[in-house]
Amino acid sequence: MPILSAMKASEVAAPDDTSRRRWIRGLLGTSLGATIVSFLYPVLRYLVPPITSEPSQSEVELDVKASQIPPNTARIVPFAGKAVLLLRTASGELRALTATCTHLACTVQYRLERSDIWCACHNGTYDLNGTNVSGPPPRPLTKLDVNVRGDRIVIRRA
Amino acid sequence: MSGGTGLSSAEPEPPLRRPNAALGWLRDRLGWDNLTHLAAKKEVPIHRYTAFYYLGGMALFLFLVQVATGILLLLYYRPSASEAFESVQYIMAEVPFGWLIRSIHSWGANLFVGIVLLHMASVFFLKAYRAPREMTWITGALLLFIALGFGFSGYLLPWNELSFFATRVGTDVPAQIPWIGPLLSRILRGGSDVTGATLSRFYGIHVAILPAITTLLLGLHLLLVQKHGMSVPLSVRRDEDRGALRFFPDFLLRDMVGWLVAVGILAALSALLPWELGKKADPFASAPSGIRPEWYFLSMFQALKYLPAKIAGIPGETLGVFLFGLLAFVVAALPLLDPGASRERPSPWWDRLATLVLVAALALTVLALLPAGGAGR
Repeated sequence: MPILSAMKASEVAAPDDTSRRRWIRGLLGTSLGATIVSFLYPVLRYLVPPITSEPSQSEVELDVKASQIPPNTARIVPFAGKAVLLLRTASGELRALTATCTHLACTVQYRLERSDIWCACHNGTYDLNGTNVSGPPPRPLTKLDVNVRGDRIVIRRA
Repeated sequence: MSGGTGLSSAEPEPPLRRPNAALGWLRDRLGWDNLTHLAAKKEVPIHRYTAFYYLGGMALFLFLVQVATGILLLLYYRPSASEAFESVQYIMAEVPFGWLIRSIHSWGANLFVGIVLLHMASVFFLKAYRAPREMTWITGALLLFIALGFGFSGYLLPWNELSFFATRVGTDVPAQIPWIGPLLSRILRGGSDVTGATLSRFYGIHVAILPAITTLLLGLHLLLVQKHGMSVPLSVRRDEDRGALRFFPDFLLRDMVGWLVAVGILAALSALLPWELGKKADPFASAPSGIRPEWYFLSMFQALKYLPAKIAGIPGETLGVFLFGLLAFVVAALPLLDPGASRERPSPWWDRLATLVLVAALALTVLALLPAGGAGR
């Protein structure tokens, strides 16, 4: 109470001193704003995760032997931290495509009975070249190079 | 202070003198007289829609069940990609009554979202959002979005196959927003993909960030309900006064009967249909066929299936995200978009629009539940 009445007294003492008052208020407001910004900035930066150096391998030799993949089958293999669909067509050709659906990032699968690539999440389909054929996927899957060295399968960025 | 000699007298001493003194001491210091005074005045109007007033209290009760069971689950749960699934497995299989606590938490979450949606629908159709209760509706709508956030973030925590892909899709959806989308998705995922970093983040969101925001919003929501009292629907406004029910204890006791039934339903569901855990998430496995999210996301999920890759040059998902965002905005800002209601006028066009949206959402949900809708095989 005494402080309040003292403040009121000072207001009464200088009723027309508005420009000084406005200046002080502006100064206080600006420094308060700057303080808040200086607190918020590191927090906002903290929320964005740092970009980790993703495995930059351009070539991976798989643990899978070429003979372990019979015609008309496929499997998911890791390549530089991402899922890759490694498939052998009915005619015996080995192909590798990125397995992340271009629609909303689910992992696609090979459909044996239809010999196509299918995403279970939103019913998107691709042909064996990775071209988006039906459903919501907007873009084709990315093709990777497949080579067989001895019996070892090597995948490389195309 | 009554001595043995006092027993012989015919008139007993006034009982509970000391507790009253202690209560009086506390009352003087805490000053709850204002509260008891307010509580004594609190009333609930009686009319043909009175039953809908119980939905808010039911939502509040189910939320408190989530808080209690959630705290219990925290004691055993471990938020890391290598331990999360195993710790939930441990809760379900080894911890005494662990299956019960987790199943109540999972079933309760679904029941909670259902009751909140019913609560909202009744408030909408009875026009309880008209002046001066606009802010009560707006805080309620924000609480609904937070409830969905709770559902989405909690779904990932067991780190199973279904939740892994649901999170991949769910965090890729905001990435479709132009300009800030990819950054938003990165912030949500804690990286460029759904990994253990996402699990840590969702855990923090689920047990700290959302509860903190909820405490503020729910506090404001309940304060506004007390401040403005119960809204009487337009259609019964001009009817003759049918009186009111005292909140303490008449309405509250009726509330509590409902809560007891809710606990019974939760316990029965948990005992008969314990919540499944599924298979542990494997980032190098294909999304399983028949994958679909929780029922309250099914309509959005089904809509995403139907949106073609491009509509008039705009990517289908971007358009979808824009439509979902627009719907959320209209829901939250409804009292400001329907000023007629505040002038005590019915708003039949809003009723028709809302009915259309509800029927469409229901139809999409049913389509998503059909076997062909899920698998496409």
